[in-house]
Amino acid sequence: MIPDDRLYTEQHEWLKLEDGEAVLGITDFAQQELGDVVFVDLPSPGQAFAEGFEIGAIESVKAVAEIFTPVGGAVEATNSQLEDAPELVNEDPYGEGWLLRLRLDGEAPDGLMTAAEYEALLAGAQEAAR
Amino acid sequence: MERTVLYRRHVESGARFGPFAGYEMPIQYEGVLAEHRAVRERAGMFDVSHMGEVRVRGPRALPLLQGLTPNDVAALKPGRAQYSALLTERGAFIDDLLVYCLGPEDYLLVVNAASRVRDLALLEAAAAAERTGVRVDDRSDATALIAVQGPRSAGIVSEVVGPEAAGLRYYSFIHQDEALHQDGLGRIVSRTGYTGEDGFEIYTSVERADDLWMELLEQGRDSGLAPAGLGARDTLRLEAGMMLCGQDIDEETTPIEAGLSWMVKWKKGDFVGRDALACQRRDGCRNRLLGFEALGRGIARRGHRLKVSDRPGCSGPVTSGAFSPTLGRAIGIARVDCAESGVPEPGSAASVEVRGRRIPCRIVKLPFYRRPKA
Repeated sequence: MIPDDRLYTEQHEWLKLEDGEAVLGITDFAQQELGDVVFVDLPSPGQAFAEGFEIGAIESVKAVAEIFTPVGGAVEATNSQLEDAPELVNEDPYGEGWLLRLRLDGEAPDGLMTAAEYEALLAGAQEAAR
Repeated sequence: MERTVLYRRHVESGARFGPFAGYEMPIQYEGVLAEHRAVRERAGMFDVSHMGEVRVRGPRALPLLQGLTPNDVAALKPGRAQYSALLTERGAFIDDLLVYCLGPEDYLLVVNAASRVRDLALLEAAAAAERTGVRVDDRSDATALIAVQGPRSAGIVSEVVGPEAAGLRYYSFIHQDEALHQDGLGRIVSRTGYTGEDGFEIYTSVERADDLWMELLEQGRDSGLAPAGLGARDTLRLEAGMMLCGQDIDEETTPIEAGLSWMVKWKKGDFVGRDALACQRRDGCRNRLLGFEALGRGIARRGHRLKVSDRPGCSGPVTSGAFSPTLGRAIGIARVDCAESGVPEPGSAASVEVRGRRIPCRIVKLPFYRRPKA
């Protein structure tokens, strides 16, 4: 199930907005595509990023996926659990496997998808793969 | 894209597929880490039917193969196999392969899928030059290959193909049922592999592959046998320090540069690439394939650049890089230019830059992993 308490990007990231902050993670589909995650590269708290910039990377056994932030902001906190337990990204991508929390520069941009819209995107992608 | 005869079984087992050498191959089932561990601790089973099998037969088969490969085919007795190669005149790899001696004038070459067409053309041209006395027969499309690898593989395989399998030495094989298949290969059970673990590779006709796969899966259930994909095969072979043709070794790399000098037998007669290799042996070579491991977090991957510290010019591209599930850190092989500063000793400090961050590394003697003695 895709949680409907947050927004989604075409890069298969999720974004949970609350009180001018955004928690960022990757979707279940993304973690499945990546396979076993072995390292997560995250920025230091305090670093600021503009919308669309590379903010970190997730290394799986098979591949590396860069993480681009869909919103501009400064890093408030990163998920320090991932340092010793990167597999949390696989096991609980919408919960314990969150990546980082940002203090937003402004409003969240348009164009982010709702859970239903993201689900439709995945269904479309699967249809195309057939 | 081609599919192996076992494709349907992989779908049933929940495989994720990817393209490899023109085939749609299972990359992983449960996950690379789980499959890697299954092979190291119990047993894993791979469909590697994309590999090519070329039979070379006739009174002139031995001299033909002696002239084309650097290892000594004459030293090979029926029932034994050897690791060898097809080389260019410059001594570099066209392909690496296994030579099986089926009989005095009867050999089977097992080649990489990506180089099969080229290998075949080369063998056929050499056979034509002999005029008579050699028959080259591409059995690839009629042959499936199942690898069972891991400490429990001998128990599983011998239950299915017969107890004699457990008595095989490394690089030995038994040839079964050949009479039943006339011009086919029959079944070859070989104690070889590409994982660094004890294991078997079983060649069989495509008609019988499905039954064999299911029998092995069933027999291995209680031993924890898991189907494993090319993802785990790659991390396993890299830990074992085994080269991947087309990636680590290619037409720019000789056996000497790759640390595979042992496959070159100088006491046999002439073979393609011999003169070039003799020069390298005498004068040394510029590039070396060296193993390295990361000391920090991050994974050096193919295309990144390894730099050896305090040695001017001593650097080169990573040819294979992955996370080692057994060691818990990143490992890799790099093609390092040693012309200016010599070959760095194991333990030498080095580094790789990944996404703008420098990861400290150390040169390591291959292999990264050796299986515990039984």
